[in-house]
Amino acid sequence: MKLDANARYTDSHEWVRQEGDVLVCGITDHAQEELSDVVYVELPEVGDSLKKGDRFGVIESVKAASDLYMPVSGEIIAVNQELLNAPELVNKDPYGKGWMIKIRPSDPSEWDALLSPEEYEKSVTGA
Amino acid sequence: MTTGTLRRTALYRWHAEHSARMTSFAGWEMPVQYADGPLAEHHITRRVAGLFDIDHMVQIEVRGPQAEEYLNHLLTYDITRLKPFRAHYTCLCYADGGVVDDPVVYQLAETAADPKTSYYLLVLNAINGAKGMAWLRAHSGPFDVTLRDVSEEMCMFALQGPYAVQLLDHLTDANLAAVPRFGVVAGTLWGEVPTLFSRTGYTGEDGFEIFLPSEHAWRVWEGILTAGSSMGVKPVGLAARDSLRFEACMPLYGNEIGPHRTPIEAGLKFALSLDKEFIGRDALLKQALEGPAEVLVGFEMCDRSVPRHGHTVQHHGRDVGTVTTGMYAPTIGRYLGMAYVPAELAQVGTEIEIIIHDRPRRARIVPRPFYTPAYRRSN
Repeated sequence: MKLDANARYTDSHEWVRQEGDVLVCGITDHAQEELSDVVYVELPEVGDSLKKGDRFGVIESVKAASDLYMPVSGEIIAVNQELLNAPELVNKDPYGKGWMIKIRPSDPSEWDALLSPEEYEKSVTGA
Repeated sequence: MTTGTLRRTALYRWHAEHSARMTSFAGWEMPVQYADGPLAEHHITRRVAGLFDIDHMVQIEVRGPQAEEYLNHLLTYDITRLKPFRAHYTCLCYADGGVVDDPVVYQLAETAADPKTSYYLLVLNAINGAKGMAWLRAHSGPFDVTLRDVSEEMCMFALQGPYAVQLLDHLTDANLAAVPRFGVVAGTLWGEVPTLFSRTGYTGEDGFEIFLPSEHAWRVWEGILTAGSSMGVKPVGLAARDSLRFEACMPLYGNEIGPHRTPIEAGLKFALSLDKEFIGRDALLKQALEGPAEVLVGFEMCDRSVPRHGHTVQHHGRDVGTVTTGMYAPTIGRYLGMAYVPAELAQVGTEIEIIIHDRPRRARIVPRPFYTPAYRRSN
């Protein structure tokens, strides 16, 4: 399982990375591996305000649909339009070109509650 | 969903050792995909050839002086039209026209030249094995026939794709290129493994389904993969098997057909011979003459989203039907589905909505099949 050392993680397999005062979010390498081939990603509207834990979208693999959850509360300020025509980017580059949304967080303290790479890895492997 | 122990094919350990992901299907533990994933496996089958473990399918031999009369009483297709070493897609129906199973029936013979050694082989869906055998036995009483489930001793694989025939032809003494669609020939693989080669399949590609003694399963599986490795032939799991049959609009029992759907509603007229007697014929003839109230259609998503089995179909906001199968169709590159709708809404171009993730999404009826099988194209 690949991890991004600069990112933080959720139990529901999203990753979040700080870029200036904005947070970028996607799903983890472990999640894309489990989902297998991604065929569609439904993303929110720019301008939507969502709370931590709210559903922000749906990821559809060949097998099934899975909900995507907000890792922190905030406003959606960008979505990755590339995924509409190339959902496979989530499989190929989950921490890079497969990013999903950019969030302007409304409560900076929520960042601290996210899992470190080590904690996320442990939660997945059960080690 | 499943209770008790799942059955395993002869190749279970091979799949496990080759990074297959296993899933439960019809009481069997089957490979749903290998390392390359379902989209790659779909494309390799369309472009080169894919090898499928379909050992979960059920094979039943029907022998005896009244085998033909007996089967013709049960099967929707008139098997007196069948010739030796030919197969046909057909249905077993209940009296009301609902479908017990949709087997392929084969007329075979121990000796090709001697019609007295003629017998039949039925290949049933795994999910309907026990139910189908019970149905067959329940109606065998008045006939001088013997039924035998040979699934344990017989193994079944499929090699499907534009290079499947050529590849397999190199491995056998049988002349496979000369076998017509739905034809069967007996031969050996590598001069040693007695094999029946049937030019049938469930992918929309040319190719063969092969029957061989189970004890040779590993050798044949690995032998075909080795022979095809330089061309890129790969094993293919159930996920791609489903997307391949879906693009060709071949029905899946439990989705497009079942006890509460008839072959008429499903558009399977080629499986029916309504001019002869069989169980369910009266109901099907009536439905054929009156026209079914609901029919199976194909649709394409206009709003991007993935339709799936069980989703509700609406027309102007009113519930009118249910999606039987839906998915991203890899060869066509669109989000497509099949659904039952009222016959008056079945015209190509009709706009419908599919409820996906609690919201209606626009779709429209399109012609079927989505993918014209290679063997049905004129050039």
